[in-house]
Amino acid sequence: MLDYIPFWPTRASTTANNVDALFIFLLVVSGLMVALIFTMVIYFAVRYRRRAGRQAEQIAGSHALEITWSVIPFCVFMVFFGWGALIYFKERTPPQNAAEVYIVAKQWMWKAEHMEGQREINELHVPVGRDVKVIMTSQDVIHSFFVPAFRIKQDVLPGRYTVAWFHATKPGTYHLFCAEYCGTMHSGMIGWVTVMEPKDYEAWMGGGGNQPLAVTGEKLFSELGCVTCHRSDTQGRGPNLVGVYGKPVMLEDGRTVIADENYIRESIVDPGAKIVKGFKPVMPTFQGQISDEQLNALVAYVKSLGQPQTGQTGGKSLAAATP
Amino acid sequence: MATAVVETGERETYLNREYGIKSWLLTVDHKRIALLYLMGITFFFFIGGFFALLIRLELLTPAGDLVQADTYNKLFTMHGQVMVFFFLIPAVPAVLGNFLIPIMIGAKDLAFPRINLLSWYLYMIGGVLMLYTIMDGGVDTGWTFYTPLSTEFLNTHVITAGLAIFVAGFSSILTGLNFVVTTHRMRAPGMTWNRLPLFVWAHYATSIIQLLGTPVLAITLVLVVCERLFHLGVFNPALGGDPLLFQHLFWFYSHPAVYIMILPGMGIVSEIVCCFSRKRVFGYQAMALALLGIAVVGFLVWAHHMFVAGISLYAALIFSLLSYFVAVPSAIKVFNWTATMYKGSITYQTPMLYAFGFIGLFTMGGLTGLFLAALGVDVHVTDTYFVVAHFHYIMVGGMVMAYLGGMHFWWPKISGRMYPEGWGRLAALLVFVGFNLTFFPQFILGYMGMPRRYWDYSKAPEFQILNVLSTAGATVLAIGYLLPMIYFLWSMRYGKPAPDNPWNAAGLEWTIPSPPSTFNFDEQPVVTWEAYNYDEISEEVPVAQ
Repeated sequence: MLDYIPFWPTRASTTANNVDALFIFLLVVSGLMVALIFTMVIYFAVRYRRRAGRQAEQIAGSHALEITWSVIPFCVFMVFFGWGALIYFKERTPPQNAAEVYIVAKQWMWKAEHMEGQREINELHVPVGRDVKVIMTSQDVIHSFFVPAFRIKQDVLPGRYTVAWFHATKPGTYHLFCAEYCGTMHSGMIGWVTVMEPKDYEAWMGGGGNQPLAVTGEKLFSELGCVTCHRSDTQGRGPNLVGVYGKPVMLEDGRTVIADENYIRESIVDPGAKIVKGFKPVMPTFQGQISDEQLNALVAYVKSLGQPQTGQTGGKSLAAATP
Repeated sequence: MATAVVETGERETYLNREYGIKSWLLTVDHKRIALLYLMGITFFFFIGGFFALLIRLELLTPAGDLVQADTYNKLFTMHGQVMVFFFLIPAVPAVLGNFLIPIMIGAKDLAFPRINLLSWYLYMIGGVLMLYTIMDGGVDTGWTFYTPLSTEFLNTHVITAGLAIFVAGFSSILTGLNFVVTTHRMRAPGMTWNRLPLFVWAHYATSIIQLLGTPVLAITLVLVVCERLFHLGVFNPALGGDPLLFQHLFWFYSHPAVYIMILPGMGIVSEIVCCFSRKRVFGYQAMALALLGIAVVGFLVWAHHMFVAGISLYAALIFSLLSYFVAVPSAIKVFNWTATMYKGSITYQTPMLYAFGFIGLFTMGGLTGLFLAALGVDVHVTDTYFVVAHFHYIMVGGMVMAYLGGMHFWWPKISGRMYPEGWGRLAALLVFVGFNLTFFPQFILGYMGMPRRYWDYSKAPEFQILNVLSTAGATVLAIGYLLPMIYFLWSMRYGKPAPDNPWNAAGLEWTIPSPPSTFNFDEQPVVTWEAYNYDEISEEVPVAQ
């Protein structure tokens, strides 16, 4: 039905349906409020306009009324809050087995890298009906990944990962906008998200011998010498990384952190920030020595070490996930 | 300087007591300083408005064809900076507040007249720095100065723009300080806290925000400048800084700053609604407490600007919840204004038309704020035209409406002249229609997904029709804003002399001549009545329209 309302944006994800439902609820409630207040103002203005022989009646106020029109709106607000929070919780919690795509933003383009190694610029191809998690970072300033048809938006920051996810429901081509002002060609930092039927997607994916991201990462892991310390036994000078992803890690200062993408990333560019219990801060920093793409490959590789041995991919790939 | 002009037979007023440029530039009279501010903020309002018109013209067509991308970025940046820091924040407090607060509480002047003059000079120094920034090539950070874009990536006049706002900020702090001390120490005998006009309460609440919030902005801007100059590494992650820290610091001031803009407007609307309804305000204490409530809770909601910025899930939940708290006192105010009209005796002079406009537009701005506080919806509409429309409904629909209403209400007192009522009503109507035509389509554009600060939307031509409507509205709005300036200037020479109390309004300012004499009151007034004692005042309006 919404599709027949002029200017109503396309809905192409599960989140879009949730957001639209709350938005419509908000529209109805605030429409009623506007109608109520406008009617009262206009009615009073006409009904109590100045006329000869009539005096204004002085009324000091009424706490009962004031409490009424504080408490009722407050209860309605709490519904808005709760409903909005529920949607947000879902939006911010990617499903466990979501397929992953790495995105690097820079002035003024979007670079996407699939687990199978396909790279795209200002384009993102995804299959319909799959949970897709985008793991994003920026090479320079803050950008924001915004797909109106999915009703999702997430700022993309330099120096760390931020994550968004979606479940596309309708094949088509949708706008991808940068929503955070990022300099001269901010309005040119746009692209398209193409949602495809699984078979079309597989055909697109099969387009050429790319090296899976985790394999690139594995090569880097040995080229950069990581492997000399981070050995797959307990003898290395650095912690064994097998199975570390997603698990709690005890730190030297007594804290415990979850080894998520940001932790792995930070441990590469700023190894001294969080020292694992029982190890010495001997690792050199790789800040400025490797690109964001290389970092992504390393992170994907480290994550793949925790996976059951399916072969090549760190994180679920879109292709492996398609039926 | 010649001092006395009594020989001409004219009554001595603050306007004709002294003549000459020096008598203005060295004045410590709060009323003259208010007029100095009026000139400054009017100038910057039209500069900012000019930028706005260029922005609207550029967006008339999807292609970026009127100005270059960099120019466009400078236009929206300087539009924001000029309007926020050199018009919206100082406008009502520094002009109407300055003029009226001492009179409303029965004082001869503010507590610190010289500091008052100093704050005008600081405002002007900031203004000159801003003008220099504009003339010498501009700045394109966005008014929000987000890092690391502003600190490491732009080669425009970030430092002078930051400095301009830094200096103007001290003007704001000093004005706030002056108002707080004045309200505490200078009230006439009998003018208890419970008898203060809500206009004074509103400025008291505003001043607290100015005093406590503005220093944080000043510190933040200094850090931005230091990072630009010395690569300090506070905000830039490449240097070990945190870009989100900047956003927290910036919004810690810049969200309460919205209340600096809107609270004085609420004060004005309370005065106008009571006067033209001939009614005591409905729920005086609730109205005063709501002002303070907004000021206090307003300090605790800043991170609702950052729901997609990468803050933690739980921080987002807390800030969403607190944002709904601040909406409650705003709701009380709207309902109480409406209730004030109930069983009143209402007339529709120009100031009241603006007050009607304020109530309607502020209601819509406030309600769309509830959309933005709802986390799931905010993710979609933040950084789109939905937000642009929302805050223009509050700042332009709310604050500018109230400011114009207040200017019309007190212009007879300030200038001693009446403006032409017919033109006044026409302008009020044009502003209301033009405003809605400009900004309502932007709500729809935002939900469709048009991001803000886009110079070129040729890949999304579906946005054009609403942008055309918006630009058409802006033209009407511009005429609506030009008219009052023209007839106010006209009235200074040709307007009918204003009686002391043209609206038969309550309040000490209407008990003294129009325009007032330099020391406001010939003898110390003693207050024995409650605020808005309209039951004790005749309904006759001396200036029949």
